[in-house]
Amino acid sequence: MMTHLHPVALTTSPCPSLPSAPVRRRTTLGRLVQGTLLAVAVLSGCKQTEKAPETTTTAAAATPAAAKPSDSLTVGFVYVGSRADYGYNQAHAEGAKAVAAMPGVKVREEENVPETVAVQKTMESMINLDGAKLIFPTSFGYFDPHILTLAAKYPDVTFLHCGGMYTEGKHPKNVGSYFGYIDEAEYVAGTAAGLTTKTNKLGFIAAKPIPQVLRNINAYTLGARSVNPAVTVSVIFTGDWSLPVKEAEAANSLVDSGVDVLTSHVDSPKVIVETAEGRKIFSTGYHASQAALAPKGYLTGAEWNWEKIYTAYVTKVKTGQPWDHLVRGGLKEGYVKLSPYGEAVSPDARKKADEAKAGLEAGTLVIFKGPLKDNAGKEILAAGVSRGQTDIELEKMDYLVEGVKGSLK
Amino acid sequence: MTVSAPVVSDIASGSRRLWALRERSLGWLEELLPTLAAILISLLLFGVFVALAGQSPLAVYAEMYRGAFGTWFSIQNSLLRAAPLMLTGLCTALPARLGMIIIGGEGALVVGGLAAGAVTIPLHGAPPAVVIPAMMLASMLAGGLWIGAAGALKILRGVNETISSLLLAYIGIALFNHLVEGPLRDPASLNKPSTPDIGEANMLGNLPGMDVHWGLAFGVVMCLVCHLLMEHSVFGFAARMVGGNPRAARLSGLGVPRLVILTCCIAGAAAGLAGMVEVAAIHGKANASLLAGYGYAGILVAFLANHSALGILPVAVLLGGISASGGLLQRTFGLPDAAVNVLQGILFVVLLGSQTYRGRVKLRRSPR
Repeated sequence: MMTHLHPVALTTSPCPSLPSAPVRRRTTLGRLVQGTLLAVAVLSGCKQTEKAPETTTTAAAATPAAAKPSDSLTVGFVYVGSRADYGYNQAHAEGAKAVAAMPGVKVREEENVPETVAVQKTMESMINLDGAKLIFPTSFGYFDPHILTLAAKYPDVTFLHCGGMYTEGKHPKNVGSYFGYIDEAEYVAGTAAGLTTKTNKLGFIAAKPIPQVLRNINAYTLGARSVNPAVTVSVIFTGDWSLPVKEAEAANSLVDSGVDVLTSHVDSPKVIVETAEGRKIFSTGYHASQAALAPKGYLTGAEWNWEKIYTAYVTKVKTGQPWDHLVRGGLKEGYVKLSPYGEAVSPDARKKADEAKAGLEAGTLVIFKGPLKDNAGKEILAAGVSRGQTDIELEKMDYLVEGVKGSLK
Repeated sequence: MTVSAPVVSDIASGSRRLWALRERSLGWLEELLPTLAAILISLLLFGVFVALAGQSPLAVYAEMYRGAFGTWFSIQNSLLRAAPLMLTGLCTALPARLGMIIIGGEGALVVGGLAAGAVTIPLHGAPPAVVIPAMMLASMLAGGLWIGAAGALKILRGVNETISSLLLAYIGIALFNHLVEGPLRDPASLNKPSTPDIGEANMLGNLPGMDVHWGLAFGVVMCLVCHLLMEHSVFGFAARMVGGNPRAARLSGLGVPRLVILTCCIAGAAAGLAGMVEVAAIHGKANASLLAGYGYAGILVAFLANHSALGILPVAVLLGGISASGGLLQRTFGLPDAAVNVLQGILFVVLLGSQTYRGRVKLRRSPR
């Protein structure tokens, strides 16, 4: 190891390019490298002789293995956080697991990849070193510029992004984007929460006041108030996607203010669900199922069902069929789902929640329809106006509906 | 010691020049030996960790080497990751020469990136020859002011610079979030609040013949310039004197306040430039992706380099390599992402410990 790392580290040192006394410097450096190698040899003793051949054989063996056999497809998954986060990334990792179970498909996963140039290099490394031909970069922020940069550079690799950002004519042909209408599942979870609460106070801990988050908060509130108009939902924005300490503080302060059902839109609801269980109140989940963390108080949760989208995409790419650049769907398409009801959900609440679910699946129930007011009393939608899921206006949401306690300012 | 063996024959020739050379290389080696030993010990300890995780340490090392430096792609990957660390490393290293521990490089990076993104708004439509220097200047100014403020607080009010620079980083991040999500937000950036796009023409692009952006050149040049400044200039001599003994420096008539504040400004400017590189070479806009922890990683780089501007270069490349190989470890061995953090953590602790041996390892005969 040393023998490899060191000469490299030293030769990249810019000493030789220093303007002063180049000849002498170089001699000194040469001496230094020599001395270093010797010192390493002395310190590591005879171990080094064993290490060197081992290193070469492993490296050589690894290279052909990375080459792609023609009848198999290597698929890369990139996560922004831990794939065991009980949240956003775990939901994707569960989809990846389903892909890994498909015949002739090899899955390579990498977690905790920030939305910097690091993700570009991760994807390139998957392409160059693992032979990946299809990559699922699962974080919203990977799209622009990272996926767009690489898609232009590797036109024979397919990049499928979670977020629904693809624009025909603007983005490369080897890019696709998908997303789920998870606000439908939030609406259903809201009805279960609205019929379970005893204080009529629900709490929602959210990362940032962006349209996607606001849509979930509003759908949850509308769902709860559709069955229990006395309900209010108190919102706390933490400011970022993964701030466990702030999330726990927010959870505790909401419980202290009388809230008895907590839900969230952060990358990992783990801390919030655990805090709720610890404080002996109820919770509904998000992204993946957190039921295991709160066996008593977990009511249900809005979950992604990426398995459905991923296996369909992989089958199409593998068999060379055309695939859709933009895939979106909700409960009906099976892209989102609900966690099984917990023991605290009464039969009546289950019935009402199931009705809402059936209505959304059938398309007879529209979440955002007039008359709709925001929480300052301003009219958002007039009576008779309804905005279906595909309505582009919903993607620009910048209000909290009546019944939400909180502010975007 | 055995190490000096090949050099002994050189001395036998009796050349005075070679003697000086020997003294010099041994001096270098004395400096480097604790560091090298520390890296070796860290790797051995990490090997134990890897073995406990059920993998062969040798196979893991081989794969790490492949991921970090084994192919041209890997080398470029490592260099790309090293680029911001060089600049943020300077942010801690330079003030350290004056005896100050600055850990708020993240704040300088973030306000630097913000300034670089913001300055393009009024310059919309101007040629890149104007916009790019303006971004550089704005980012360095913002970063310089940020860390300069920590220096000024120290000089004027005696506020501990470690704490103030860290707190200033929190303020910088809060300010960044506020402006990016509020007044400076591009209305089109719905679900990922960002400043307006700086425009394709104003992007820095890659170094010729490489898949590495210009930030690497900025980092190398800044390190070299700072090396010359700190080691081969009157300013640097005075600065190091302040680090050695501020009272003595003041007594000998040095303008200590000026030196402290100016060095902090240069340090912050380096980190601010790193923010500009993130905006102008990668993202094309300032958004939360800038908060990637480069500023905090720079603290590690500076300490590992023993606060030498020149030493930052190999250390940044080494850490860049470690982070470049991290992904491959995950994918090939199923090791958790934290494995690489474990290696970095071990490395940091062992290296700091090894610093206590600096000057106690003697290869030369001490002059009597």
